[in-house]
Amino acid sequence: MGAQTLYDKLWARHRVDELPDGSTLLYIDRHLLHEVTSPQAFSNLRLAGRKPWRLDTSLAMPDHNVPTLSREQGVEGVSDVIARQQIATLERNSREFGVPLFPLNDVRQGIVHVVGPEQGLTLPGTTLVCGDSHTATHGALAALAHGIGSSEVEHVLATQTLRSRKQKNFRIQVNNRLGLGVTAKDLALYIIGRIGTAGATGHAIEFCGEAIRALSMEARMTLCNMSIEAGARVGLVAYDDKTEAYVKGRPLAPCGAHWEQAITYWRTLHSDAEAQFDRELEIDAAEVRNQVSWGTSPEQVAVIDGRIPTLDQARDALQRADWERALRYMGLEPGQPLAGIPVDRIFIGSCTNARIEDLRAAAEVLRGRTVHERVRQALVVPGSGLVRLQAEREGLDRIFKAAGFEWRSPGCSMCLGMNADRLNPGERCAATSNRNFEGRQGKGGRTHLMSPAMAAAAAVMGELTNLGSF
Amino acid sequence: MQPLSEHEGVIIPFNRANIDTDLLLPKQYLKSLEACGFGDFLFDDERYLDPGEIDTPIASRRRNPACILNNPPWDKGSVMLAQANFGCGSSREHAVWALRDFGVRVVIAPSFGDIFRNNCFNNGVLPLQLAQQDVDTLFTIVQSQPGICAQISVSERRLRIGELELDFELEEGRRQRLLQGLDEIGETLAFADRIKAYENMRKAEEPWLFKG
Repeated sequence: MGAQTLYDKLWARHRVDELPDGSTLLYIDRHLLHEVTSPQAFSNLRLAGRKPWRLDTSLAMPDHNVPTLSREQGVEGVSDVIARQQIATLERNSREFGVPLFPLNDVRQGIVHVVGPEQGLTLPGTTLVCGDSHTATHGALAALAHGIGSSEVEHVLATQTLRSRKQKNFRIQVNNRLGLGVTAKDLALYIIGRIGTAGATGHAIEFCGEAIRALSMEARMTLCNMSIEAGARVGLVAYDDKTEAYVKGRPLAPCGAHWEQAITYWRTLHSDAEAQFDRELEIDAAEVRNQVSWGTSPEQVAVIDGRIPTLDQARDALQRADWERALRYMGLEPGQPLAGIPVDRIFIGSCTNARIEDLRAAAEVLRGRTVHERVRQALVVPGSGLVRLQAEREGLDRIFKAAGFEWRSPGCSMCLGMNADRLNPGERCAATSNRNFEGRQGKGGRTHLMSPAMAAAAAVMGELTNLGSF
Repeated sequence: MQPLSEHEGVIIPFNRANIDTDLLLPKQYLKSLEACGFGDFLFDDERYLDPGEIDTPIASRRRNPACILNNPPWDKGSVMLAQANFGCGSSREHAVWALRDFGVRVVIAPSFGDIFRNNCFNNGVLPLQLAQQDVDTLFTIVQSQPGICAQISVSERRLRIGELELDFELEEGRRQRLLQGLDEIGETLAFADRIKAYENMRKAEEPWLFKG
């Protein structure tokens, strides 16, 4: 076998068989389940009289549709009747089928993509799937991880495999270091801005280079998380000392002799020097500056001290029409400077940016400052109960609350607005989440994507603002 | 899954790129525990002038007369035509269920979101990929002949619109799957021995991934 990419290695390792339909039967090591994309899968299993293939691979928890207030009573305390039914159904299904569950009032509950790595369920060298497109997050630990639909959730439950087709290899090499105050979120938005939301469709991205090595594990998760926003189901970072230090001691991580055996294997989880990629892109990290989205697609981004493009900068008539539509929806003008655009709400949270480092970065900006009077609501929604607890130990909750933020319980919250945390029509939000699609945070809501520190700065100024002044 | 072999239906044009799954089916409908009944909510934000929840009676909602899906003959259309990156965004299979429940069996576009594309095949919906110039040609035809039908033959991998005939690519395995409406899990379980053998190999080499 010749030189292989990391993706090639992970793929080959999990190949069970080639199927007559031209797909590959790929073994799945880990499966995260939540309340929104699993009920249909469990119903079908029940109808067909099937049982899960394995029980020690899965972990279920409600996250998409959970309230971020009044959580002490667990599912009984959920006032939205339909949401309560969905959460109760997940808990019932998990118990009936024997799938391990973190219920709503478990301190370990949180957003699946924050909890998986936190618990050590996500391990290097594994395949991990979830009925959620941001499953790419887990690739930061050199795991082959991607989102699947509900039919595939059922398939994985019943067979521990997926019928899969191999993606092409795309290497994004980020040279040099990111500048001070420039984060993985800025890098992710910058890359999506360059290659577009379909730029990596059909590919597995491997992020590498000095800037990636320098990123913390949590920052790597932020970057891999947004691979899907560039069209790639899979985003990967090679295993290194940071991965090892991060995984060690996690509740579900191997220990003792198994640990020694595991790290010997895990240390091979990188692309070979001579490995061939189908596509390559090189980026100079020093050129990346603080980004903010201005439109209704994550590719519609610009630097915070820049301007929205003018329509004559569009590459063709279709893109021009897209931009016009986006700006109409966003209530903005071509060529308008981004700094100074007033915001109504602030959302710090989501599987992209709700880990402890994200909360620290936002709190750092907010320390001794207050939310601008123009801002109607500023929410901080930690990614998991354990992140929340850690933040409270560090006193971050007090900084947020003193500044005028609401300190909430974990869940997806206003990233997709399935629960009560939503934008009203026309409201503008500085958000640390991952999608600025029309209606994403609420019908008619207007989303600007950015890093946690940038969102905190927007809260203080009541408008999109350059972090440089903080 | 309903098989799909020969299909004829009115083309519903959406001359836009990046139609995402949030647009196809907004989040409030993801609260359903079912895998059907989403047809009334397809393109909900554009289809209705008032906001809706999953339990809002459809008859009480104000339809947006400007939305093509509310107007004949497109309200009975079954072939959607759109621009690049159709179905990008979230993995919600509910977006495909909404298309299917509305009656859409074929979506024609220059490219699709990866997860959406997989979800289509699992629900008897054909994501029919054509070159950009062919898609542009179709838009020209549809513009001059609104309400025109397309005929799609999955068995012959051919699309016909009026005088125009186009062959399209479709992997053989997926073609068979659409033609026969197969139960994929049942087929995979025929490989149970292979899966078990593989699992035993992994258990020996990576015991930390297995409990007990």
